[in-house]
Amino acid sequence: MQESLRNDEELLRQSVIELMDVDIFYGTYKAVKEVNLNIPKNKITAFIGPSGCGKSTILRCLNRLNDLISSFKLKGRVTYHGQDLYAKDIDPVEVRKRIGMVFQRPNPFPKTIYDNVAYGARVNGYKGDLDELVETSLRRAALWDEVKDKLGESGFSLSGGQQQRLCIARTVAAQPEVVLMDEPCSALDPISTLKIEELMQELKENYTIVIVTHNMQQATRVADMTAFFNAEAVGNKGNKVGYLVEFDQTEKIFSNPEEQSTKDYVSGRFG
Amino acid sequence: MTQSDYSNTDKIMMGERSPLEKTFDQGFRWLTLGFAISIGLILISIAVIIAVGAFPAIKQFNFSFFTNSNWNPVTDEYGVIAVIYGTIVSSLISLIIAIPLGVGAAVFLSEDFIPEQIRTVLVFLVELLAAIPSVVYGLWGIFVLIPITTVFGTWLNQNFGWFPLFSSPPAGPGMLPAGIVLSIMILPIIIAISRDSLASLPPDLRQASLGLGATRWETIFRVLIPAAISGIMGGVMLALGRAMGETMAATMIIGNSNRLSISILDPANTIASLIANQFAEASGLQISALMYAGLVLMLLTLIVNILAEYIVNQVKAKYE
Ligand SMILES: Nc1ncnc2c1ncn2[C@@H]1O[C@H](COP(=O)(O)OP(=O)(O)O)[C@@H](O)[C@H]1O
Ligand SMILES: [Mg+2]
Repeated sequence: MQESLRNDEELLRQSVIELMDVDIFYGTYKAVKEVNLNIPKNKITAFIGPSGCGKSTILRCLNRLNDLISSFKLKGRVTYHGQDLYAKDIDPVEVRKRIGMVFQRPNPFPKTIYDNVAYGARVNGYKGDLDELVETSLRRAALWDEVKDKLGESGFSLSGGQQQRLCIARTVAAQPEVVLMDEPCSALDPISTLKIEELMQELKENYTIVIVTHNMQQATRVADMTAFFNAEAVGNKGNKVGYLVEFDQTEKIFSNPEEQSTKDYVSGRFG
Repeated sequence: MTQSDYSNTDKIMMGERSPLEKTFDQGFRWLTLGFAISIGLILISIAVIIAVGAFPAIKQFNFSFFTNSNWNPVTDEYGVIAVIYGTIVSSLISLIIAIPLGVGAAVFLSEDFIPEQIRTVLVFLVELLAAIPSVVYGLWGIFVLIPITTVFGTWLNQNFGWFPLFSSPPAGPGMLPAGIVLSIMILPIIIAISRDSLASLPPDLRQASLGLGATRWETIFRVLIPAAISGIMGGVMLALGRAMGETMAATMIIGNSNRLSISILDPANTIASLIANQFAEASGLQISALMYAGLVLMLLTLIVNILAEYIVNQVKAKYE
C-alpha cells in the first residue's frame, strides 16, 4: 500500500503532460468532458475505448493539432512540463516540435525517403550532420536495412508497413520529446504491427509515447499505463460525450480494474 | 424439371435483353466512336488545308522563312523570325508575371486565411476575369496600361538601357504592355487549375507537416506546392498556349511592327496578330506566306504541349 502510493507520487512528479479538468468542444457540441490525466515520462501510455469516445480528440489536443479545426475549443488546462499549452504566448509550432505525431494512415510526403526523414530537421533548422540523423532515425524505426540502398526513391514506393515506419522515422528525426500515435497499426498487417510494437519498446528509452489503439492485445503488449475512455449519452438528442473512466497501470486495468465498465470493455463484452 | 432448369440457365447465359436494347448499345458505341474520330478528322483537315495553302510559300522560302526578319508584301519577301520572337517573348513576359501572381492567389484561395464566404466571392471574381472579351482587354491596354508602361519603360531605358531588352525608348505600344495584358488574361487559367490541384491534396499531408513543427508557410512551400506541382505546371502550360494564340488583345497593344528588335519596349508583332491584321487584304504569295506562318504557330503550340506533357510526367515520376 505504502509502496504503491510512493510509486504513484513518483509517477506524478515525472509526468510530462498533465490534463486538468479538460473539456473539449467542437462548436457547441461537447465531445469530451472533465478529463484529468498525467502522462508519465519515458513510458508508453495507451488510450483505449469505444469508437467516438474522443481518444483522437484528446490526443490531438496534446500537440495543438486541433488548432486546424476552427470550431475546436478547449476548457481546462493542458500543461507540458508545467507550462500551459494553451496560454496566449505559446506558439503552437514550438509545441509540435517537441510533441510529434504519427497518424492512423501512413502519410509520407511526396518526396524521396531521405527528404521525408530530413523534413522535420530541416524545418527546425537542424545544424548537425543530416545524413547521420537520417540514418539513425531510420535505424530507430527499424527501416534502415530495407531502404539504405534506395534513399533517393519516393516514399510511396514502400509498402504500407514500411511507409508507417518511415513516418515514425520522420517523427523521430524531428527530435521531439513526446511521440503521439493515433492507431498507428490499424492499417497494417500483423507482421508490420509487431515490428512497430517492438520499435515502440525501444523508443521509450528516449521518448514518452502516447498511443491510441483499438487493439486490446496491443495495449497489453506495449503499454505501461492505460487510460480507458467511454462515452455516455447526454440530453435527448443522442449526443455523446466522452470521459475518462479509469487510468492505471496496464496490468491493473486488464486484470483487476476498479470500474465495472472497464472490466466489461477489456473482457470484450462491449465496444 | 431438370430440363426446364437447363433451359433457364440457357436463357441466363444468352441474356434476356431485348434485341432492340442490344442494337442500341452497339449503336451508341459506333456513335461515340464517330465523335471521337471526327475530332481527329477536323484537326487533320485544318492542318492539311493550311499546309496546302502554305505550299507555295513553303516551296519558295523553305527554311529561310525562319531566318529572314523581313515581312514585306511589296517585294513579296517573307520571314517569320521577328514574329516568332514577338510571340515567344510576349508570352514569356506574361508567364513571368502570371505564375507568381496566379500561384500565390491559388494558395491564398485554398487556405483558410479569410472566411469561406468571402473566398467564394473572390473565386467568382477570378472566373469573371476569364469572361471579359479580349477586345475589352485591348481597349484597357490602350487607354490605361500603355500610358503607364510608357512612363515605366522610359525609366527602365534610362537606367538599364545597356541591357538589350530595355535598349530602346518606349514607343507606346510594344511587347511589354502586350505581355502584361496577356498575363491578366491567362491568370484565371493558372489560378483555377492551381487552386484545384492544391485543394485536392489529401489533408493528411498538411497535418503531417504541421505535426512535425513546420509553420504554415513551410508547409505550403515545402510540401503542398511540390505535391501539387504537376497540376500547377499543367495549368501554366495551358496558359502559355493561350497567350501564344491570343489575337485581338495582342494586335491592339503590341504595335504590329514586323521589324525584329530585341528590346521589349519596341513595338513588335505576334504570329496570330500578324495573320489577323493582314489576311483580309492579302493576295497571292502573301496569303500563302500567312498560311505558312499559321502552320508555324500550330507547330509552336504543339511543341509547347509536348514539352508540357514531358515536364509534367517528369515531375510526377519524381514525386509518385
Ligand atoms: N473535426 C470535428 N468536428 C466536429 N466533431 C468532431 C470532429 N472530430 C471529431 N468529432 C467528434 O468528436 C467525437 C470524438 O471523436 P474522436 O476523437 O475521433 O473519437 P475516437 O478517436 O475515440 O474514435 C465524435 O463524436 C466525433 O464525431
Ligand atoms: Mg480516433
